[in-house]
Amino acid sequence: MVVRPGVAVAGGFLAVAALAVVWPSVLAGDPLRADPLHVLQAPSAAHWFGTDQLGRDVLDRVVHGARHSLAIGTAATLLAVLAGVLVGVLAGLSHRYADEALSRGIDALSAFPLILLALLFIAIAGTGTTSLIIAIGVATMPHYARVVRAQTFVVRRAGYVTQAVAFGDSRARLVLRHVLPNVLGPVPVLAMIGLGEAVLVAAGLSFLGMGPQPPSPEWGAMLSDGRGYLRIAWWASVLPGLVVTLTVVSLTVVGRHWQRRFEGRAAR
Amino acid sequence: MNAVIRRILSGVVVLWAAATAAYLALLAAPGTTVDTIVGDGADTPEIRARIVAEWGLDRPEIVQYVSYLGRVAHGDLGRSYLLQRPVSDVVGAQLGPTLRLAVAAAGLGIVLALVLALTTRRPWARRVSSSAELVLVSTPPFLIGIVLLSVFSFRLGWFPVSGDKGIAALVLPALTLALPVAGVLTQVLRDGLDRALDEPFAVTARSRGLGESAVLVRHALRHALLPAIALAGWLFGVLLGGAVIIESVFGRPGLGSVTLLAVTSKDMPVVLAVVVLSATVYVVLNTVADLAYLVVDPRLRRS
Repeated sequence: MVVRPGVAVAGGFLAVAALAVVWPSVLAGDPLRADPLHVLQAPSAAHWFGTDQLGRDVLDRVVHGARHSLAIGTAATLLAVLAGVLVGVLAGLSHRYADEALSRGIDALSAFPLILLALLFIAIAGTGTTSLIIAIGVATMPHYARVVRAQTFVVRRAGYVTQAVAFGDSRARLVLRHVLPNVLGPVPVLAMIGLGEAVLVAAGLSFLGMGPQPPSPEWGAMLSDGRGYLRIAWWASVLPGLVVTLTVVSLTVVGRHWQRRFEGRAAR
Repeated sequence: MNAVIRRILSGVVVLWAAATAAYLALLAAPGTTVDTIVGDGADTPEIRARIVAEWGLDRPEIVQYVSYLGRVAHGDLGRSYLLQRPVSDVVGAQLGPTLRLAVAAAGLGIVLALVLALTTRRPWARRVSSSAELVLVSTPPFLIGIVLLSVFSFRLGWFPVSGDKGIAALVLPALTLALPVAGVLTQVLRDGLDRALDEPFAVTARSRGLGESAVLVRHALRHALLPAIALAGWLFGVLLGGAVIIESVFGRPGLGSVTLLAVTSKDMPVVLAVVVLSATVYVVLNTVADLAYLVVDPRLRRS
């Protein structure tokens, strides 16, 4: 399998981003250190991404911001996958009416535009990291639930499930040993591409002031802060935004590559 | 006929479930329901009494729920206690600017997607266009807005920085909203065109001596547009969700700024109204799209 250069670059970027989430102090200095003598400085050798209105290094803030932005996206996606698999398997294995009820529930949830559903949740639970995670997790769950439900329908008719029933396996064993492992196939790939969307939505909600509160360095919030100085210092808002773009592009590129390989294997 | 009725019924069920979900969200809020509905608005015993009467909070829970459903079904969206006005007035007054933005963005996005999908058929053009689509879809809309603002308003001074005065103020916000839409639509259209050009009817058209571009526009495009119909509901959601962010970037009035204000000041009747209203439009659009399928594709009517 030849790895295309674009995929390699995207993978490398994601590895650096993952390091920034786990151990940001290796890559960058203090994101909160203000330097009143060097405010809104253009990108230079000392400050690759320039400085913001308080003289804080923008690159340091972007690196530390990965922990907020990426961690929110990852946690929300994990939540969505867990809930989606649970609901999907349940719907796929239930009788017609229970399945119908669950499916219409999933439909209802996906009838709300993502951002509005998240905003409804935030209006009730308040702003902050936990709210964002749950809001985005719930709002993106229907996608996974649908796929897993469809997959469960295929698997429950498979020969090995019939055989396990004939052997008198218990319900729990049937679900855990035979159904679950076989419906999970497409989920990681979907989650990888879904993670990009979750990061985008998280940045959008933080941009609107619904996420981690200042002085936490979150990417969307940095853009929102820097926008007041757009006329004199474009780098304070545009560069953090480009990092979001780069992250989402990388996630999609790696996700699609993975998807192609996955489908290639499935076809053989 | 059966299929039509079944589709409409299932739309009604989804709507009912969506309204219920919004209601459950209200109940799940910490504190009493009266506290939640008052939000940050004026909090006097008279207002509390009015909320109790309006939402039927002094009656059994099942009656409360039914009275809520009844009000929603009649299009009565309640009252904003923060703004001291009926929600339908608050939302109605801001519908215009958002609608203008959404329609302009949808039109621009669809035209862009059609032009891109039809003109980038050569392998190299397709590669360039696909990469551009990926970047557009992956870029936060507020970044697109900020970059456009920075270049066309601050540096070149072609368009106003904010506000809602005239066509010039609409150009940049509509373009910001249209670019990600165009990114997704182009991908869908291109896939559809590829598939249609492999169909036997494309071969037949070619064998009649039709040029490749005529086959593309007159035969393949119609087929490629079919899957795009299914995206109507999705498009609406993207436009409305995007409007919330883009109105904030460009300082435009509209549904987005009303929603944001309502969320930050916990003005629940307004938040609920916007959410339920958007779900309603989504379900109606999706139902109409599915019915349109039945009209366009007779094969679906049989099942």
